[in-house]
Amino acid sequence: MPSLTMIEAIRDAMDVMMARDDRVVTFGQDVGRFGGVFRCTDGLQGKYGSSRCFDTPISESGIVGIAVGMGAYGLRPVAEIQFADYMYPAYDQIVSEAARLRYRSAGEFSAPIVVRMPCGGGIFGAQTHSQSPEALFTHVAGLKTVIPSNPHDAKGLLIAAIEDDDPVVFLEPKRIYNGPFDGHHDRPVVPWSKHELSETPQGHYTVPIGEAVVRREGAEVSILAYGTMVHVAEAARREVGIDAEIIDLRSLIPLDVDTIVQSVIKTGRCMIVHEATRTSGFGAELSALIQEKCFYHLEAPVVRVTGWDTPYPHAQEWDYFPGPDRVGRALIRLMES
Amino acid sequence: MNVQPLTFHVPEPHPCFGSAADVSGFQLSDAVRVRRPEIDVEASEIRDLAYELIRVLDADGHAVGPWSEACTVDQLRSGLRAMLKTRAYDARMTVMQRQRKTSFYMQCTGEEAIACGFQSALQAGDMNFPTYRQQGLLIAQDWPLVDLMCQVLSNEKDRMKGRQLPVFYSAREAGFFSISGNLATQYVQAVGWAMASAMRGDSRVAAAWIGEGATAENDFHAALVFASVYRPPVVLNVVNNQWAISTAQSVAGGAQATFAARAHGYGIPALRVDGNDYLAVHAAACWAVERARRNLGSTLIEWVTYRAAPHSTSDDPSKYRPQNDQAVWPLGDPVERLKDHLTGIGEWSEARHVQLKAELDEEIAGAAKEAQGSGTLVEGSKCSPASMFDDVYKSMPPHLREQRQELGF
Repeated sequence: MPSLTMIEAIRDAMDVMMARDDRVVTFGQDVGRFGGVFRCTDGLQGKYGSSRCFDTPISESGIVGIAVGMGAYGLRPVAEIQFADYMYPAYDQIVSEAARLRYRSAGEFSAPIVVRMPCGGGIFGAQTHSQSPEALFTHVAGLKTVIPSNPHDAKGLLIAAIEDDDPVVFLEPKRIYNGPFDGHHDRPVVPWSKHELSETPQGHYTVPIGEAVVRREGAEVSILAYGTMVHVAEAARREVGIDAEIIDLRSLIPLDVDTIVQSVIKTGRCMIVHEATRTSGFGAELSALIQEKCFYHLEAPVVRVTGWDTPYPHAQEWDYFPGPDRVGRALIRLMES
Repeated sequence: MNVQPLTFHVPEPHPCFGSAADVSGFQLSDAVRVRRPEIDVEASEIRDLAYELIRVLDADGHAVGPWSEACTVDQLRSGLRAMLKTRAYDARMTVMQRQRKTSFYMQCTGEEAIACGFQSALQAGDMNFPTYRQQGLLIAQDWPLVDLMCQVLSNEKDRMKGRQLPVFYSAREAGFFSISGNLATQYVQAVGWAMASAMRGDSRVAAAWIGEGATAENDFHAALVFASVYRPPVVLNVVNNQWAISTAQSVAGGAQATFAARAHGYGIPALRVDGNDYLAVHAAACWAVERARRNLGSTLIEWVTYRAAPHSTSDDPSKYRPQNDQAVWPLGDPVERLKDHLTGIGEWSEARHVQLKAELDEEIAGAAKEAQGSGTLVEGSKCSPASMFDDVYKSMPPHLREQRQELGF
């Protein structure tokens, strides 16, 4: 199997689907001629023509709005929002339109669209290029929200998202586009080629939306993470020597509740790690869920390690980012409690 | 230098809609003078048409001028019937709301010519992205009234399963996209639908609908820039009925430039049309739809009309506009104008008019009885609460199944 970066895997997913299904089209700012500021659509316009991969005006609302119209027509549009931080003008189209079209028309119309957007920090992007807005999507009935942590899942999940009949928000943690970042920003960058999950099958395959995966089995504590934080959690666990079970959620809605509950019941302890701000973040939902389903199995309160409730700063980026030191210290405290 | 203090401008309603109902400020174009350009004209060559008012019917009900030859007598009679039916339907549903059989209703009184006339220019397969005041698009196609009424009553035969506010219809077969209720969002979706049609080498066209007040929304401008860039087959309709609930069109920027002229900055051809003149509506709609179908791109049409009824059954216009406003509205009533025209050319009469109205009233009463047989919002049967959890997703995910069980289903 070839070893791909996240960017190559995402591009490969679109390539596979555009070759298989001529209803699949992709567009966004700088997506066509240039191939995207992160190069995720590089070469697709040359291969499939400018009517299937094209540049758009700088209007996120327009980009998602035309995607909804195309989806209702019968196409399978994949819209790119250049940074998740720029999605707010499109929020009305995502929340009020794409998410509710099937419901309000009782199935007469639907919006089978994918909205891709790079998210997360760790690239000195400050408050306009670092956000993790997943909870703004998981709170919306009718949306599916997925976030891969490696090239293998990125390709399989994106193919599943394009084939899905419902609108899918596809979040791409940009810090791991080119390598599996574990939060140690002062160490040399590790390429994806050194990571087994960069091995990506050729052609068509899917990673089902709604299925979490146990990345590492462990007995002492369950760590729930997604995206970049899966790698940070693994580093933290290793460094403090705690036998943690690490669950990569992959899909936030639908959520694989069974995998989570089984793990927490087994370990009796749970830590949730995400990069987004804490208050009303997705961790709050996970924490409530564990309280409802696993309360009598818990040996300690559920712990959240997250970004602070501040905008994402520039110079203080590594004080904001919930890196392996902070996760590790929290793990030690959790084991002592 | 003697600098005067700055002053802040807040627009007042057009003088024509002030407390004195003075219509002297409204400019009426002479129907004979307003030209009909070739279908493949460049936007830059017809900038004047965004400031004129395309009309066909003169003050005496004669069809005159270059836009006058588009309709046959049969088409006109069926247009009159569609408008009368729409008006009678609105009247009946308003009564049913007053009788508390449903929560809410919205009439299109005074604006019937626009939707009814526009629909007559479309073909099967074309797609409207309507607002809540285009019921005429469906009624002009003789879409079953019982189906519409069941939606308004949110009863067990409501195809929307009681989920949507009354009048927020959806009828895919009739080329009528599900109404959102969020303003302007569907304008840009219509552009996307039309782009898809062009990408697929299809022959179907889209029609976007918006009110003049909602042109202030960003999606209106997004739609225009995408329509300008990709030249998809879409007609961009702006229904200027002068009022956004209580807010006059001047607050949406209508005093500085016409809404049709908004298209000029995007290089999109624009027409401004007397929306109370059925013949003008049909002619302008045919022109724009043909442009779209011949791959000549989009056209923006401002339909100038007057919202004679309240915004909705929850609105009381006596609080913000004079009672006699509609009576002095210079473009008159669309039903009366078409009736007078047909009568003038010997193709209609008062007796036939009275008879048609009676027939329509009877048809609507019959439909109302049938629809109420399937329940109303307050009594009889409606869709099971269990159905509330359907169609959120194509297949129900586990967390919704769990919540449905929690509700007891």
